Amino acid sequence: MSFEIPDDLRYLDSHEWVQVEDGTARIGISDFAQDELGDVVFVDVPDEGASVTAGADFGVVESIKAVSDIYAPVSGTVTAVNDTLADAPELLNDDPYGEGWLIEVELDDEAELEELLSADEYADQIA
Amino acid sequence: MTLREPPLSDLHADRGATFTDFGGWEMPVEFDSIREEHAAVRESAGRFDVSHMGEITVSGPDAVRLTNRLVTNDVSDLDPGGGVYAGITDADGVLLDDTVVYRLPEAREDEILFVPNAGHDAEMHDRWIDHRDEWGLDATVTNRTGEFAMIAVQGPDAPDLVAAESAADVTDLGRFEVADAAVAGVDCLIARTGYTGEDGFELLAPWDDAETVWTALECQPCGLGARDTLRLEMGFLLSGQDFHHAEDPRNPYEAGIEFVVDLDTEFVGRDALEGVDVEGVEERLTGVELVDRGVPREGYAVTAPDGTELGEITSGTMSPTLGEGIGLAYLPTEYRSDESVRVVVRGEPKKARTTVPPFLDR
Repeated sequence: MSFEIPDDLRYLDSHEWVQVEDGTARIGISDFAQDELGDVVFVDVPDEGASVTAGADFGVVESIKAVSDIYAPVSGTVTAVNDTLADAPELLNDDPYGEGWLIEVELDDEAELEELLSADEYADQIA
Repeated sequence: MTLREPPLSDLHADRGATFTDFGGWEMPVEFDSIREEHAAVRESAGRFDVSHMGEITVSGPDAVRLTNRLVTNDVSDLDPGGGVYAGITDADGVLLDDTVVYRLPEAREDEILFVPNAGHDAEMHDRWIDHRDEWGLDATVTNRTGEFAMIAVQGPDAPDLVAAESAADVTDLGRFEVADAAVAGVDCLIARTGYTGEDGFELLAPWDDAETVWTALECQPCGLGARDTLRLEMGFLLSGQDFHHAEDPRNPYEAGIEFVVDLDTEFVGRDALEGVDVEGVEERLTGVELVDRGVPREGYAVTAPDGTELGEITSGTMSPTLGEGIGLAYLPTEYRSDESVRVVVRGEPKKARTTVPPFLDR
């Protein structure tokens, strides 16, 4: 089975992705991760204004069969939360890089992005 | 320890199944998605490879007597081709396992077949042998778990689907009845039983012919993941999880299956259970439905609204049909139904209400 791994994103080895635009980072979980989890039924992420720390868990994604911690690829302050997931958690399965995004964060330190995996590196890791 | 594999492992792997260790067996847990598989069974039909379930036959002059003294229900008056759900208890009335006991159809009507849970077959075989010897009874007890594949076909479309492949008219079978029938040309034992709350059948096929039967019964393949969400919506017990002889010893009254206890028969555990029947129990397996968003999971605490601990979840999931979190927990009997409780999810008390299962009307 092959999984979608967009070239323009950076990845954590724990299967989160980050997309950066104008100092704001959008965070989600990868296609591989949603497939491993199966049907997502519940998402728990921090509210706007909370801070997240690179490498630390900041919430959970629950599927029917499992609970998984999700880890922050970068440090920063939460500026937006994808509220549509409360009623439609299945968007994480259907569109993990699009409508299934989790939170947006204002970056503390753009240099942290250098530590993350490129799409090729992440592809090697899940191969 | 090597995991036991069902006969169709390679076929399931080719179909894209993921596997899990269950009761010492490596079993398919998911083929497509639990939600899709679950919906297929509720709305049309799904097939499950449940070859991890045990099969033990008991034959000879004392086959019925021996079995009747080791299970909680009365199997002495089963007609040929009849079956009944029963508990297997120790002398204290504590559940060791639950099972379905069949009296085989005509021609083998003096033979008993019972189906213990995955990983319990050797233990139950030995239990029958030990008691046979202790009581000096004349019966042959054979563990045939490795001889039979078990395929469950469940859902509103299951009867037509199975009938179309069967030589005999299997739609005539009543609940829990068992018959011989050729399915896709393979001689099977076919029972009108299941673990989903839907109509359907469980077929015992010779191990080496399982693929022929499985392939002929074309419908959504389902794994143990959907099997668990389906049974949990019905409040059906899972041996080893909702009761465990060593880790969570429970009697049938606590487990909510007192209807399988027939105190008019003599069986191991009967006298202890007569006491329970008279005195009642302090805790019962209780349904818990989350009002708040969240998913109850095994081990999560259940408390009163003031935080007093009442028990913990033994099985829980997000119900695909209801779209809400459901679980089972042993709670004080005064909490049996429509009481407000909390389920503690990652440190946060979530509002929930108690209910008498099933969660789903069927």
